[in-house]
Amino acid sequence: MNKLDSERRIVLPGEEIDLNGMKQGNGIYHENGKYYAYQMGVVQTYNNYVNIIPLSGKYYPVRNDRVIAKVIDIAPSFWIMDIRGPYPGFLHINDTPWKSFDQDLSKILGVGDTVFAKVNEITESRQIWLSIKDAGLRKLEGGHIIMVQPTKVSRIIGKGGSMVNTIKELTGVKIQLGQNGVVWLDGQADKILVVRKVLRYIEKEAHTSGLTDRVRKMLEESR
Amino acid sequence: MIELGMQSSIKLINEDGLRIDGRKPNELRPIRIEAGILNRADGSAYIEWGGNKVLVAVYGPREAFPKHTQNPSRAVINARYNMAAFSVDERKRPGPDRRAVEISKVIGEALESAIFTEQFPRTSIDVYIEVLQADAGTRIAGLTAASVALVDAGIPMRDMVVGCAAGKIDGHVVLDLNKEEDNYGEADLPMAIIPRTQEIVLLQMDGHLTRDELKVAMDMSKKASLYISNLQRQALLAKYREGEEKEAEKNE
Repeated sequence: MNKLDSERRIVLPGEEIDLNGMKQGNGIYHENGKYYAYQMGVVQTYNNYVNIIPLSGKYYPVRNDRVIAKVIDIAPSFWIMDIRGPYPGFLHINDTPWKSFDQDLSKILGVGDTVFAKVNEITESRQIWLSIKDAGLRKLEGGHIIMVQPTKVSRIIGKGGSMVNTIKELTGVKIQLGQNGVVWLDGQADKILVVRKVLRYIEKEAHTSGLTDRVRKMLEESR
Repeated sequence: MIELGMQSSIKLINEDGLRIDGRKPNELRPIRIEAGILNRADGSAYIEWGGNKVLVAVYGPREAFPKHTQNPSRAVINARYNMAAFSVDERKRPGPDRRAVEISKVIGEALESAIFTEQFPRTSIDVYIEVLQADAGTRIAGLTAASVALVDAGIPMRDMVVGCAAGKIDGHVVLDLNKEEDNYGEADLPMAIIPRTQEIVLLQMDGHLTRDELKVAMDMSKKASLYISNLQRQALLAKYREGEEKEAEKNE
């Protein structure tokens, strides 16, 4: 048995999953009374549910997710945003702190502008409505944007934010994480390069354990 | 002129029962699969199967364009099989031809049977299969690599589609034909299955086989497919094992 099997077991689509009396969670389908994985990922049990945490894949929006979205088009009363998912997101003027008064929406947000928004509503026909009417949500000005794999975002946050706080603490860079795998950074240029290196490292090593300590060591060395 | 199915003067099996490249009748060519080799694609894979070299990139699920191709209840699979101009001895005229359109269709349908398309309505999943070097059996090599690329892209699938070809040369049913055997043999039978249920998702036949020969060929392919299925899994796991091994070395 290899190391992967013992601790964090990686499963592949079609592999049978033994639920051990627990409930079927994400990434699992059943056929003829048996349970199988439908994605490549790490098996994890949580709250009496067996889940498969995917190792790769696109961002799939969930209500109340915080995402970083980019304007790709402007309609008469809403913006069409790229949220790096299978569908575009829509941001209506009423879901922003701004008032339009029949003015051109491009004066408020132009094509290419980025906002930190939340997923407000997903309709039955998979229309995704965003909102920036909540604490901390805003237009992002200045800074740098780095794309990471959406499935690795939870690893970048760490348990209770431990990973991202370590990075913030040791580099002094402002970090805004979108669940959709977009990371906004603001700070000194050399520090931003360090953070980028660290993010790439976390992405690559996301399925291994003891990562926060290794990242801390890496950041301390680079100081 | 040598027509398909006609006896030719070329000897494909020698007195010892070995084929022109020294293989036994039920022996596969060497296969090497690598997952996740392209950075820009959502998922990718590369396969070397004997003389075949095939690169596959997967994009999606993403909004299907043009809009009329969208299906409101499920995702559409766009497979595109393409042979590079330099993939064969004589330059292949670039662009889709009758053969490429047909192969794209059958590969797309084979993959569709394994993908949970209903999870992503109105989207398309694009599979680009680029044959860099061809040596018979490219559709199966492409399909095998495409399933690896789809898993690498994190697309929900029932299982990984896998396949193998069998055929008939000099009156013997053999596994995994190469170029010469395909050209001068009597029949070629590419087949793909879903390994867990052993459902057949692709089956074509070029040439003639009797009912009994067909059965033997299909059994051979099925057995080989299950072996290749294991190679697919190893390729995907290797992508994540690499980092772990390096870390272990560092700690030692």
